Amino acid sequence: MAAPIQILNASSLQAGDIEKVARAVEGVFNLTATVSKAPLDIQAAYDNSRRQFNSTALLTQILSIDNPPKEKRIAIVDVDLYIPILTFIFGEAQLDGTAAIVSTHRLANQFYGLEEDRFLTLGRLQKEVIHELGHTFGLYHCLQFECVMRASTYVEEIDLKQSTPCHACMLLLKEDIKKFSFV
Amino acid sequence: MNGQVSILIVDDEKVVRDSLTKWFREDGYMVGSAENAPEALRQLQAQKWQIILLDIKMPGMDGMELQQRIKEIDPTATIIFITAHASVDTAVQALKAGAFDYITKPIDPDYLSHLITNAIKQRTLLGENVKLKEQIAEFSKADEIVGASPQMQKVFELIQTVAKTDTTVMIRGDSGTGKELIARAIHANSERRYFPIVTLNCGALPEGILESELFGHERGAFTGAQYRRKGKIELADGGTLFLDEVGNIGMKTQMDLLRVIETKQFTRVGGNEIIKIDFRIICATNKDLEQAVQKGTFREDLYYRLNVFTIYLPPLRERKSDIPILANFFLKKYSDAMAKSITSISSEAMDIIVRYNWPGNVRELENAIERAMVVGEPPAIKPQDLPFQLSEKNHAPISGSLAGMEKNHIAAILEQNNWNISRSAEILQIDRVTLYNKIQKFGLKKP
Repeated sequence: MAAPIQILNASSLQAGDIEKVARAVEGVFNLTATVSKAPLDIQAAYDNSRRQFNSTALLTQILSIDNPPKEKRIAIVDVDLYIPILTFIFGEAQLDGTAAIVSTHRLANQFYGLEEDRFLTLGRLQKEVIHELGHTFGLYHCLQFECVMRASTYVEEIDLKQSTPCHACMLLLKEDIKKFSFV
Repeated sequence: MNGQVSILIVDDEKVVRDSLTKWFREDGYMVGSAENAPEALRQLQAQKWQIILLDIKMPGMDGMELQQRIKEIDPTATIIFITAHASVDTAVQALKAGAFDYITKPIDPDYLSHLITNAIKQRTLLGENVKLKEQIAEFSKADEIVGASPQMQKVFELIQTVAKTDTTVMIRGDSGTGKELIARAIHANSERRYFPIVTLNCGALPEGILESELFGHERGAFTGAQYRRKGKIELADGGTLFLDEVGNIGMKTQMDLLRVIETKQFTRVGGNEIIKIDFRIICATNKDLEQAVQKGTFREDLYYRLNVFTIYLPPLRERKSDIPILANFFLKKYSDAMAKSITSISSEAMDIIVRYNWPGNVRELENAIERAMVVGEPPAIKPQDLPFQLSEKNHAPISGSLAGMEKNHIAAILEQNNWNISRSAEILQIDRVTLYNKIQKFGLKKP
């Protein structure tokens, strides 16, 4: 039986770093998380006019791997993601669904002309992966300042929040996890 | 979660509708979408949508035209235009047509997030503003002015006519006829009703104090002025300043007041700062101002400034038909206030009430009924409960002049109370200054 949470790596991050993310995910969701290579055709989602990658197209690819999954699948990419109406996104998820995607592209300091900080990028990635997975479990954005489910539209906001849900979101998450048949 | 806020996305591009729907759902908003104007209108008829994101260019009815239709259905809807190509003309047109804002595709997520947050904040503030105005309107409702006589009907018409304007109003009438009530009714029906009505009885204050009361003073302006204090004019900013007994203002203050009325600016006593204010003046007097102008005790220019629109309140004796209505109104008022089961006025008592001359006018009538309610026993007010015994002097009609009757009545009350001015003024329902003025005017002397 597949692990309840599958992390599909399509980024250039080191395997050790992705494993760290998987452990952080397990710590929050109390579910097993496995890491594997993502069988995604990233280039197929490229939009020449925007020079960005269509996140929704990649989500569709994630959903079409094998049969529609019961487990939660989150892909980690390092390309610049967008949805048509917005200029960019850090990640996207199916609300109360099974697929999600996060990009490290705008999480890394280099994007903003700053010196690389691997530790900081990894921290941001952990938060965004947990955030998007939270959506797949049905969690909405939270207004609590430090809650991982708080909406972030720029990296500084990601830095301000914790990598765990607030007490209220955690209670909701526990209820949501119980609904899934893999538990 | 933002479950209470509903957002309708109107755009002919499916991908725009879907991605925005998804984006807003993650924020917990209730989201709907429509691909064209007819579908949007159908959804608006079906339920209320608080925020509407509207594509400017759509096949058929475009966003601008749809906005007009939406405003007809729900004028409170917050509309945000979405446009693929930003142009100043379109933006100006959209904002002039009442849109909250416009955004250009693709939208910066941070900007969209702030835009929606601001739209919600604005809606919340507008909602609170409407609620507060309703509450203020409830509080600031003028006391009921009772009267069915043709004279009072005319007064009501005048109030309605002048209230909507910013014209200075002079209310004239005997003491106790309800001049302040009329001033409050004008204010309550005016556009200034959400601002204060500030009352100043000019007859009750010596000139120096009146000046300070009107204009306020700076710290140290005079002995005892330990703090800066705002005057009544400043307090009335945005609202109405009601100057009662305006005929009693001294010459210096008259000049200062005239300047404020003309320039709408003043300085506090002892200060240099020029303060600009916006207020309406309503004044009242029972003095013969025309005579005062002739005598030179009241400035002619100020008289013309104040006497723009005059409402004359007839004394109660000139509108006898209102007396039973007023008496029953006060009976009900005090019966409720005192929780006493006196529910009527006996025909004998009513006969006395109607025949009495009421020199203290409505105020005296109200006090008479209040007193009768205190001493009377259920179920009705009887003649012995009334505070006066009907004598020939009080019978109407009375021969002789009005002034003569007033003089006799004041003399009688003073005698009854051993020339205790405070007590007599209280019974006559006039202030002590007015009583002193009348004693002087009628040449009454303590025996």
